[in-house]
Amino acid sequence: MAKIKGEIVVDTERCKGCEVCIPACPVSVIVMAAGVNRKGYHYAMPSTDACIGCASCAIVCPDGAITVYKKKFTE
Amino acid sequence: MAEFKTNPEIVKPENLVYKRTEMLTPATMHYCPGCGHGTTHRIIMEVIEEMGVAADTVGIAPVGCSVLAYDYMNIDMQEAAHGRAPALATAVKRLMPEKFVFTYQGDGDLAAIGTAETIHACNRGENITIIFVNNGIYGMTGGQMAPTTLENMKASTCPYGRDIATMGSPLKITELIAQLPGTMYVTRQAVHTPAAVRSTKKAIRKAFENQKLKKGLSFVEVVSNCNSGWKMTPRQANEWMVQNMFPYFPLGDIKVNE
Repeated sequence: MAKIKGEIVVDTERCKGCEVCIPACPVSVIVMAAGVNRKGYHYAMPSTDACIGCASCAIVCPDGAITVYKKKFTE
Repeated sequence: MAEFKTNPEIVKPENLVYKRTEMLTPATMHYCPGCGHGTTHRIIMEVIEEMGVAADTVGIAPVGCSVLAYDYMNIDMQEAAHGRAPALATAVKRLMPEKFVFTYQGDGDLAAIGTAETIHACNRGENITIIFVNNGIYGMTGGQMAPTTLENMKASTCPYGRDIATMGSPLKITELIAQLPGTMYVTRQAVHTPAAVRSTKKAIRKAFENQKLKKGLSFVEVVSNCNSGWKMTPRQANEWMVQNMFPYFPLGDIKVNE
């Protein structure tokens, strides 16, 4: 069965840690990193590999910090 | 420098679903974390990119939080005096009628100091697009009361909340200008959820395409948060906006002329 897997790449220096992406994610993948970026903001990061590549997080990100990829795997 | 691990099997150019549009400059926006201005800037630029009219678009930046919009939008921009963006947009559109002209204004700019310019540009039916970001407060200058501040809402110039008896009611400028014959498309949208952002993008696209019809002004209000001015976290501010702003400023199309 084909499986679609997504992946988000967060521009950690652009992320301001507003957390608006967290409620937008339908599979609750996004968490805030324990570490901070150069400006001192905790940045968003995926916690598991459950991402489905829907891009909802990227669409609501005010700073456009999230890039989304999606690939279909056939087993 | 923050470390960020990715899966190299998925992260390849051919698997790209979404990335920040290059119509925005690489500059980091000065907006507070979670501010709706960033999202609104991005979707305007995405619309311009999708329509392929980057070289034919002139934007007018306002005074307020978004005064530096010209630093972020990678197109021709003009800076207007406080509230005068619709007047400047009128001049640009009349001199270059083939260009797409839009103004980007906040509630202090559009609904307070620029009320006359807004109403008369709408009444004349200039073929421009106005994007109005309404967050119910003067964010840039330190959270003073704006015409759109809600009843009982606290601001630095009404620390006990807006009192209707002495300060008047929140101004529904969007409903006001919808009554004018010069406007052809008037809508109110938001950018707090993915669905709202998609809906706003469609509205902005329609507002830009309306300029080709030359039948009047298109006006898109975006109800936004101001988490710094409201003294909340961005997520709390979005929830507060849904509970308090939307009942007074309901989302949806107010006027659609074909």
